[in-house]
Amino acid sequence: MCLAIPGKVLEEFEQRGMRMAKVKFGGIVREASLDYVPEAKVGDYVLVHVGFAISTVDAVEAARTYELLEQMDQLTELEAPVVEEIAARKPS
Amino acid sequence: MKYLDEYRNADVARRVIREIERIQTRPWVIMEVCGGQTHSIVKHGIDRLLPDGIELVHGPGCPVCVTPLETIDKAHAIAAKPDVIFCSFGDMLRVPGSNGDLFKLKSEGADIRVVYSPLDCLKIARANPEKQIVFFAIGFETTAPANAMLVARAKHEQAKNVSVLVSHSLVPPSITYILQSPQNRVQAFLGPGHVCTIMGYREYEPIAERYKVPIVVTGFEPLDLLEGTLKVVRQLEGGCTVVENQYSRVLGRDGNTAARKLVNSVFEVADRKWRGVGWIPKSGYKLRWEYRDHDAERIFAVKEIDTKEPAICISGQILKGIKKPHDCPAFGTICTPLTPLGATMVSAEGACAAYYAYGRHLDKQKADAARVQIGGAA
Repeated sequence: MCLAIPGKVLEEFEQRGMRMAKVKFGGIVREASLDYVPEAKVGDYVLVHVGFAISTVDAVEAARTYELLEQMDQLTELEAPVVEEIAARKPS
Repeated sequence: MKYLDEYRNADVARRVIREIERIQTRPWVIMEVCGGQTHSIVKHGIDRLLPDGIELVHGPGCPVCVTPLETIDKAHAIAAKPDVIFCSFGDMLRVPGSNGDLFKLKSEGADIRVVYSPLDCLKIARANPEKQIVFFAIGFETTAPANAMLVARAKHEQAKNVSVLVSHSLVPPSITYILQSPQNRVQAFLGPGHVCTIMGYREYEPIAERYKVPIVVTGFEPLDLLEGTLKVVRQLEGGCTVVENQYSRVLGRDGNTAARKLVNSVFEVADRKWRGVGWIPKSGYKLRWEYRDHDAERIFAVKEIDTKEPAICISGQILKGIKKPHDCPAFGTICTPLTPLGATMVSAEGACAAYYAYGRHLDKQKADAARVQIGGAA
C-alpha cells in the first residue's frame, strides 16, 4: 500500500489550480500532482505514491549511499585483522 | 529503472551480507514495520540470506490488513446503495467482510470502481453529478496527504457529492504498543521509509530512547533493506539505541512539511481499532469537524456492526512479531489468499499472504510430511 515509485518529471502543467506533471516510470508515463514537492522541476526524479509526488530523490545522496555500499569489501579489507579476531570468536 | 535497478545489485548485496556476518556476535530479532518491506523481503528472500541468528519478524504496517472487519462491512453497506459510486484502491476490493468482498458486490451490480489516485474521484463526481461518490480512504501516513487533498479539494470545489470512509492508521502508536507487550521479542526496527517521507522521524526519537531500541528508517529495495539491517546490527552490537536514516536519498528528519500541513488541517488524531490487534489509543486519523459534510459515515449513517474473527487465526500475534505464518495450523491449508481467515492473509503485503505468494507454505507442507514420516517410523 505504501508503495512509491521513483520517476522522472518530463513536463509540468496546471490543472484546476493544481501543479501537475507527466512523470516517466521506465516505459510508462503517468500524471502526478507536484503540490507537495514545490522544489521539483523538469528533469528531477520524484517519488510518486497514488498520484502524488511525495519527495524529490536527492541524486547526490543516492550516489553517496550506493558508493559506500559498493566499497564495503574494500573497507573490510582495510580492517583485516579485526575480521580475523571476530571470526576466531565465532564457533566454527 | 533509475534509483531502482542499482539498489538490486546482487554483488553489492553479497558484500553487505558479509559485513553483517562479520560484525554479528549473537542473535537479534528485528522487525520491519511496513508491509511493503515485508513483501520485498520475502520476494527477494532477504530473511534467508541473512546470517543465522538475525531474525526478521513482520510488523503491522499493512493498512489493508489492519482495516477492521466492521469498517469493511460499512463499506459494503454504503457501496450497496443504488445512488452510490464507491471508489477504492484495488487491494481493498478483495478483502472479505461478513458478506463477501467488494468484488462480489460489484458482480451483483453495485457501481464499485478502482482508482489510481484519490483525485480520480473528483473527475468521477464531475461526470456523475446525480450520484454520491464515496472513496474508501484507507492508509498509513504515506497515503494521508493524497486522501487529505481529495477532501480539501472537494470542499474547495463545493463538490457536495464527494465523501470519504476513513480508515487511517499511524505507525508510532502501533510500534509503541508492540514494545509494551509483555511477550515482546522485538529488539530493533527497520522504520517505514515512505511513512517517514511524509512525517520525518522526530517522533521516533523518544520511542528509541524510552524503549532502548535502535530504529533505522529504511527503504524498500533489497540493498536498502540490507543496509538498514546492517545499521541496526551495528547499533545492537555496539549498545546504541538511536534513530538513523538509511533512506537519505528520499527523506530528511522533518519529512514533507507541505504535505503534513494539509494532513493536519483535514484530519485529527483519534483512537482506532486494528484488525487482529484491537483498539490502540491515538493510532488513527478521523476527519475534522469542518469537513463533516464529506464524512461518509455521517452522511450514510452506517451503524456500528459487531463482527467476530475466526478463533484459529493468529494474525494478531503475527502483527506483533510474536509468531510467524508457519506457526499457524491454518496457514496454507484452510487459510489461503483466496480464502483468507484474518488480517495477515487478506492483502499481498500481509506476512501470511507474502509467505504464501512466494511458495513458503510448500516448505511447511514438506516439514509436516517429514514429521509424519518420522513419527510413523518411530
